[in-house]
Amino acid sequence: MNINLTMLMQAVGFGLFIWFTAKFIWPPLTRAVETRQKQIADGLAAGEQGRQSLASAEKRIAEMIAEARAKAGEIVATGEKFRSETMDQAKIDARAEGDRIIAAAKAEIQQEVARAKEQLRNQVADLAVAGASRILKREVVAKDHAELLAAIRSEL
Amino acid sequence: MAATYENPTEYINHHLSFFTQPVGPGGFWTVNVDTLLTSAVIGVLTFGFLWLVTRKARAGVPSRTQAFVELAVDFVHEQVKSIYNGSSRMVAPIALTTFVLVLVMNAMDFLPIDVVATGLHAVGFDKYRFVPTADVNTTFALALSVFGLMIFYSIKVKGLGGWIHELFCAPFGSNPLLWPFNLLFNLVEYVSKPLSHSLRLFGNMYAGELIFLLIGMWAATGIVGTVFGAVLDLGWSIFHILIVALQAYIFMMLTVVYIAMAHEHH
Repeated sequence: MNINLTMLMQAVGFGLFIWFTAKFIWPPLTRAVETRQKQIADGLAAGEQGRQSLASAEKRIAEMIAEARAKAGEIVATGEKFRSETMDQAKIDARAEGDRIIAAAKAEIQQEVARAKEQLRNQVADLAVAGASRILKREVVAKDHAELLAAIRSEL
Repeated sequence: MAATYENPTEYINHHLSFFTQPVGPGGFWTVNVDTLLTSAVIGVLTFGFLWLVTRKARAGVPSRTQAFVELAVDFVHEQVKSIYNGSSRMVAPIALTTFVLVLVMNAMDFLPIDVVATGLHAVGFDKYRFVPTADVNTTFALALSVFGLMIFYSIKVKGLGGWIHELFCAPFGSNPLLWPFNLLFNLVEYVSKPLSHSLRLFGNMYAGELIFLLIGMWAATGIVGTVFGAVLDLGWSIFHILIVALQAYIFMMLTVVYIAMAHEHH
C-alpha cells in the first residue's frame, strides 16, 4: 500500500482517457443515438399521420359510396318513371292507332256495302228491264226509257 | 505452478508484490510497472475499441457492436441526467470514462490468477499484479482526479470568492464565530470524499484478489483439495462478476454525485 509516482502517472492516464472519450467517443455516439431517436420519433409521427389520413380517406370513401348509391337510386327512379311514361304513351298511341284502323275498316266496309248495293241495284234493274222486255217481247231501248229506268233504279 | 513456495505466506506475499521500478531516490520515486502497463494496455484496447465502434457509428439500424456500446453510453447518460442538472457537457464523458475504465480494470480480476502468473513468470515477469484497481495508487489517482474536478467545478460555478465563502459559511451559518467549525466540517468532508471513494474500490478489489489467493491455496492440499478449490473459485468468480460491475457502477455514480454536489449553492 505504497503511494508513489504510479499514482500521478495513473492520474495523467485517466485525464488522457477522459479527454479522448470526450473528444472522440462521446459526441459521435450521442449524436448517432439522438439522430436515431429523432428518426424514430419522425417515423412514429408519420405513421400516426398515415393512420389519420387513412381514416379520413375511409370516411371520404364512405361518403362517396353513399352519394353514388343515392345517385344510382335517383337514376333508377328516373328510368322507372321514364319507362312507365313511355309505356303509357305507347298504350295510348296503340289504342288510337287501333281505333283509327277500326274506323278505316268500318268505312271501307260501308263503302263495300254501298258498292255492293249499287251493283245489286243495277243488276236488279237490269234483271227488271230484261224481265220487262221479255214480257213485252221487245227490246227496251235504254235510251228511250232512261228516265223510267232511273226512276226504277232509285226506287230499289 | 512455475514457482514453488515454501509456505502459504510466501505464496500470498509473492502474489501481492508489485513489479516496482525505482526511478529516483526515496520511496515515492518508484513506479509500479505492472499497474501502469496493465491499465495502459487495457485502457488503450478498450477505448480503441470504443473509438472504432464510434467511427463506424451511424444513425440508422445499428450493428450489434454499436448497439452494445450505445447501451452502455445510454446507461451512463441516463444516470448522469438523473443526478446532474448542470450545464457542463464534460460530466457525462467523464462518467463514461470512469465507468468503462474501472470496469475493465476490475474485470482483470476474472483472469485465473495463478495461470496468468505462471505465464508472466515464463516471459520474465516474476512479480506482476494485473488488477490495477487492487493497487491503491490507481484508485487514489482516480479519486483525486475526481476531487480535482470537484474543486474545479465548485470554483467555476461559484467563483473563487464564492467557493471560499462557502468553506467558511456553510453549512452552519455565516456568523464569524462559526467559521472555524464550518471550515473544519468542510475539510473533513473534502478529505473523506476521495478517501472513501478510492478505498471502497481498492478494498473490494484487493479483498477479492486475496480471496482468490486463499482459495488457490487449496491446490496445495492434493487432488481433492484442488477440485474443491476449483469449485470454490468458480463460485467466488461468479459472485465477483457482481462485485466488479457494482464497484464500477458505484465509482461512476459517486463521481457524478460529487461533481453534481460541487455545483450546488449553499
